Amino acid sequence: MALSHPLPEEDEAQPVAPAPAWRGPLAALGRLRESPIAMTGAGILLFWATLALLAPVLPLLDPNTPMEPFKFPGDVARDGETVFWLGTDHKGRDMLSRLVWGSRRVLVWASLATACAYVAGVLMGLVAGYRGGWRDEVISFAANVLLSFPVMVLYIVVITRLGASGLNIVLAVTFASAPGIMRIVRGLALDLKSRDYVQAARARGEGPWRIMLVELLPNVRGPLIVDACLRLGYTTVTIAMLGFLGLGLPPPDPDWGQMIAETQPLGSLAGHMALLPAAAITSLVLGFNLLADGLREISLRD
Amino acid sequence: MLRLAARRFASMALIMVTVSLILFAIFETDKLAVAGKVLGPYSSVEQRELWLAENGYDRAFLVRYTEWIWNAVQGDFGQSLRFKVPVAEILWPRLAATGILAACVFALMVPISLALGVLAGMREGSRTDRAISIGSVVTTSVPEFASATFLTGLLVFKLGWLPGTSSMAGGFAPLELVLPVLVLVLYDFGYVARMTRASMAEVMTSPYIRTAILKGLPRRRVILVHGLRNALIAPFTIIVLQLNWLLSGVIVVEVFFAYKGFGALLYDAATFGDIYLIEACALVAVFVAVLSQFISDIGYMLLNPRIRFA
Amino acid sequence: MGEPLLACRNLSISYRTRSGDVPAVSGFDLEVGRGETVGLVGESGCGKSTVAFAIMRHLGRSGFIADGSIRFDGRDLLAMEGEELRRLRGGAIGMVYQEPMASLNPSMTIGRQLAEVPMIHGGAGRGEARRQALEMLERVQLPDPERIMESWPHQLSGGQQQRVVIAMALLGRPRLLILDEPTTALDVTVEAGIVALIGGLARELGTSVLFISHNLGLIRETCERVCVMYAGEAVETGRVGAVFGAMRHPYTRGLLNAVPVPGADKNARPLVPIPGTLPLPGERPPGCNFHPRCGFFEPGRCDRGVIPMREAGPDHTARCVRFEEIDWAAARPRRMPAAIASPGEKVLEVEGLRKYYALPEKPLAALIEGGGGQAVRANESIDFAAREAETVAIVGESGCGKSTFAKVLMGLETATDGQIRLAGREVGSVPVERRRPSTVGLLQMIFQNPFETLNPSHSVGYQIARVVRRFGGLRDREAVRARVMELLDLVRLPRAFHDRRPRQLSGGQKQRVAIARAFAGDPRVVVADEPVSALDVSVQAAIARLLLDIQRRNGTTLLFISHDLGLVRYLADRVLVMYLGRIVEQGTVEEVFSPPYHPYTEALLSAAPVADASVSKRRILLEGELPSATSPPPGCPFQTRCPRKLGRICETELPPERVFGGGHKILCHIPPEELEAVAPVLETPAEAAD
Repeated sequence: MALSHPLPEEDEAQPVAPAPAWRGPLAALGRLRESPIAMTGAGILLFWATLALLAPVLPLLDPNTPMEPFKFPGDVARDGETVFWLGTDHKGRDMLSRLVWGSRRVLVWASLATACAYVAGVLMGLVAGYRGGWRDEVISFAANVLLSFPVMVLYIVVITRLGASGLNIVLAVTFASAPGIMRIVRGLALDLKSRDYVQAARARGEGPWRIMLVELLPNVRGPLIVDACLRLGYTTVTIAMLGFLGLGLPPPDPDWGQMIAETQPLGSLAGHMALLPAAAITSLVLGFNLLADGLREISLRD
Repeated sequence: MLRLAARRFASMALIMVTVSLILFAIFETDKLAVAGKVLGPYSSVEQRELWLAENGYDRAFLVRYTEWIWNAVQGDFGQSLRFKVPVAEILWPRLAATGILAACVFALMVPISLALGVLAGMREGSRTDRAISIGSVVTTSVPEFASATFLTGLLVFKLGWLPGTSSMAGGFAPLELVLPVLVLVLYDFGYVARMTRASMAEVMTSPYIRTAILKGLPRRRVILVHGLRNALIAPFTIIVLQLNWLLSGVIVVEVFFAYKGFGALLYDAATFGDIYLIEACALVAVFVAVLSQFISDIGYMLLNPRIRFA
Repeated sequence: MGEPLLACRNLSISYRTRSGDVPAVSGFDLEVGRGETVGLVGESGCGKSTVAFAIMRHLGRSGFIADGSIRFDGRDLLAMEGEELRRLRGGAIGMVYQEPMASLNPSMTIGRQLAEVPMIHGGAGRGEARRQALEMLERVQLPDPERIMESWPHQLSGGQQQRVVIAMALLGRPRLLILDEPTTALDVTVEAGIVALIGGLARELGTSVLFISHNLGLIRETCERVCVMYAGEAVETGRVGAVFGAMRHPYTRGLLNAVPVPGADKNARPLVPIPGTLPLPGERPPGCNFHPRCGFFEPGRCDRGVIPMREAGPDHTARCVRFEEIDWAAARPRRMPAAIASPGEKVLEVEGLRKYYALPEKPLAALIEGGGGQAVRANESIDFAAREAETVAIVGESGCGKSTFAKVLMGLETATDGQIRLAGREVGSVPVERRRPSTVGLLQMIFQNPFETLNPSHSVGYQIARVVRRFGGLRDREAVRARVMELLDLVRLPRAFHDRRPRQLSGGQKQRVAIARAFAGDPRVVVADEPVSALDVSVQAAIARLLLDIQRRNGTTLLFISHDLGLVRYLADRVLVMYLGRIVEQGTVEEVFSPPYHPYTEALLSAAPVADASVSKRRILLEGELPSATSPPPGCPFQTRCPRKLGRICETELPPERVFGGGHKILCHIPPEELEAVAPVLETPAEAAD
């Protein structure tokens, strides 16, 4: 068919302006420097992550060998050489070494548990939000049931029934966190599914899983990053709290929560034994929370 | 509106039934283990089976569940294995003790967090806002057992101002409540303050606040009449939902300070393996949580004219 | 006339950002005389709203007035502080905003929100304030003011909300009323009512009006003087007749040529887009801001120095160094030879199509609550056919069911009843997930919102390639890439865009990608749901033209859904007019746009603002609101608002379909002779001369 007039030679497709500022917390990761709060948080986390990673190669005393009890920070051992930089605990174990190894333990299990919760929560949220119907009813109801347990009660029920082990902690964290993640993802998916690009994908006959994983998932990623930071912090607290209650990972490997529980009543003798692990856990959680706060601030800017 | 409330109520009931069914299934499906807990670890299989038969455990699961839940609704949760008395006899006093604790926490936390949140959200990005925001991030980053450690270290061991335990051994002593309340408030107020701030900040940048300003209203009226009313809807629901979080925190704090409350009871029951007591405590805890959710939903509907006059 | 009521002189407004101060408005002059209505017109981002909020002294934390002065009623507005400023706002100067819903406090009754104004500004007591509010509600012609006083904002329709906001502004007895895009969020028939109301009240009360809009037609029809803004500057000011009839700035001319006129068809008066894009505030070029897009650009003169506003006639100024040299008459677009598209066989046939949505949508919730719930009757018995290479426009206001119809067609929803045959295959009851891939490929869609049409996470190339792979039968990487490049050429985008992310594209560019994506699989039918309505005027024309060209070249059938009658007149071969889920009129463009009309079509034509000064139009205002689709009125769907209603028969019986030769059908009780006797709504000089 002949054209009535030539295609317009003019168009607005001129050289485009440089990419506008990236939006969303994901992009914000690249702009951390803009927020001193986020930088502080990232710094704290980097500090602990490095320690945890390097624990096996650092020149540390064995964390589980009893030596001289109730040494204060900076005290020198009887052999005249070994320095207990952060003192020892009531059983004479080196505090510095126990703190470093403890960070490794809490970070590993917190990350693992949060990751599991995310896989379960994101998948359920995508299905509930995008597919809707009876799938949504079932998933949302299950989530409501789990969310109606005060978290600590849920942990206690799971741990007393299944016993205290790393795997069961992961399971308990998944039970406790996945419903919350599911709700966030479900809300995002509900919002996104009416977007034209999702309708366009449907209109070209794409299957539901492809739409959920290729069209939706990349776009829910952003808002989840802030949540993931907060949740990592909270999971850290949870694991330490379980340790404190004696429901956590079995001893003797160092666990910040257990360290507090064992030594806190002896506070009148040597305060550092409980204060140091309490400070450690606080700083780690603060790191996660500051990073989350900073990321949110950056992503809301402009 | 009434329809919505009825629907919420129905879903609340459904959740309670499901939760009780799950709890019962978790703890009483394995009958021999139940008998083992009751008769002690050294009982023989024959003894356990005899006990099970005597106590009606040979009936179908659903029959037993129905009986259990019917009794529970009437306040009969069975016999505590640890305390050797009916569960109800220790459960209610302990719940009351925790109620006192929670009431004190709320009485302090609500005004503080609302005031700080509104103050921060009124002028987003101001110096006050920044200080309050960072302050609340920091306080929410200190887990209860850590802040309890710090505060005990300072106020008990160093200064000797307060008692380190709150067992109320010599009768009710208000001074013993100070530390547990302080720890819980410190951890919880930041979250509510931040939510209030976010809500307030959002309202203050909304077009209808612009309308109010450009109508020529005095700033006081803009904030008090147009701002607050809308900004406090979200924090209200969050405050009620804090009850759920408080129940978690209460366990740690009560264990830490040896306060004889509901949280410590649940913890004792769990470590002892006192199944009837765990069941009862978990059921009550979930009931409180679900009820608070219900109240928060209804409150939200009442506060929000868009739902009230849909 | 003495001193004007409002005078902005050399006004410059900037925003503080992280990367320094960005000028939003610079060197802006404006006068509004007493009792005068002045229009401020320009595309999005030109700074017109910034000017409005500067006058209200409400620029937010980051905005500030960098230079110049604003005088109001002889007083220096910029020197006002505190109490004085507060008394001015909502008192001597009232404002009406773009989004009426968001502008009203959701948790306060209308009565309380209105009564605040007289209490604050007039010192009235509670009872007196209430009485004044009630009286004002009557003046803005709201039905049942007593009930409205007790209502909450969410219980009112958009049009009613805007009337409340207008009442609120008028309660302060303002001498100046600032209207910031007051009807942009509303339907045309509602808009027409609001505009007439404002005009009437302003005249009655002697209020001056500053009317801000992107809609040239609206400004022409309502204002006495106009100021055209471009990139933060006033580029032309003067009396409306002079500016629209004898413009002296190339941008004004470009804007007017880019707007379709309901009186013209695509072949008689082609749309001429303005090339290029609006510069971002921080990146304005030296010299004339418009020079990179101007057809009269002269290097060395237009691109350096400060271009001043110059006298171009009595009460007429323009910011152009060359306006004396331009032959304005010759610069008018030439007539193009008409291309007769010869429609081929029927590609798409729709018969008795019906789509109801059940309410509530959740089945389990319905079970708990009991009761079957109501149904939204989105589409009621739709019949039509579209032929190959034909452009069929579906016209109607929001809620008429046109978008639902598109969804059913695409298989995103399934029909409740009736048939849709696509190239002979029945698809009406088959959701897209269960259609054969070959069928899916026959029918593609272009969506409304350019900011949602592309997935922000994937590159442009990836998104087009996905369609090419699915429907083009191409597997080979290189072949797919080559085809994607071809498609980018087709929509006139540089090939470098292949690797761009959607956020790096402007709205128009995104819509081009969406067009490329829709045509990538060589579909027989393309459904375009308001493809240009979210774009700026100058870009609209380019996209509309592109769409039409590709459609003609490929012989594709185009279903063009729109509320813009001008655009429909320009684009379509045939038109369907929808109201409350029914087709009330259909026929060729010429048939639908000239008598006999369905009374709704007539009202719709009259409501659409016309920018062309040479077109005269008959005014018809519709009363009332669009009825709810859950309980449509019995009889004729239009009977509740119809100005030509006959009587009882309209309320009880569904009107017959009257056929006026060929395919022109009207759903109406009025006898054909009477319908034929109706005078045309729009008269262009050419037609009048016939």
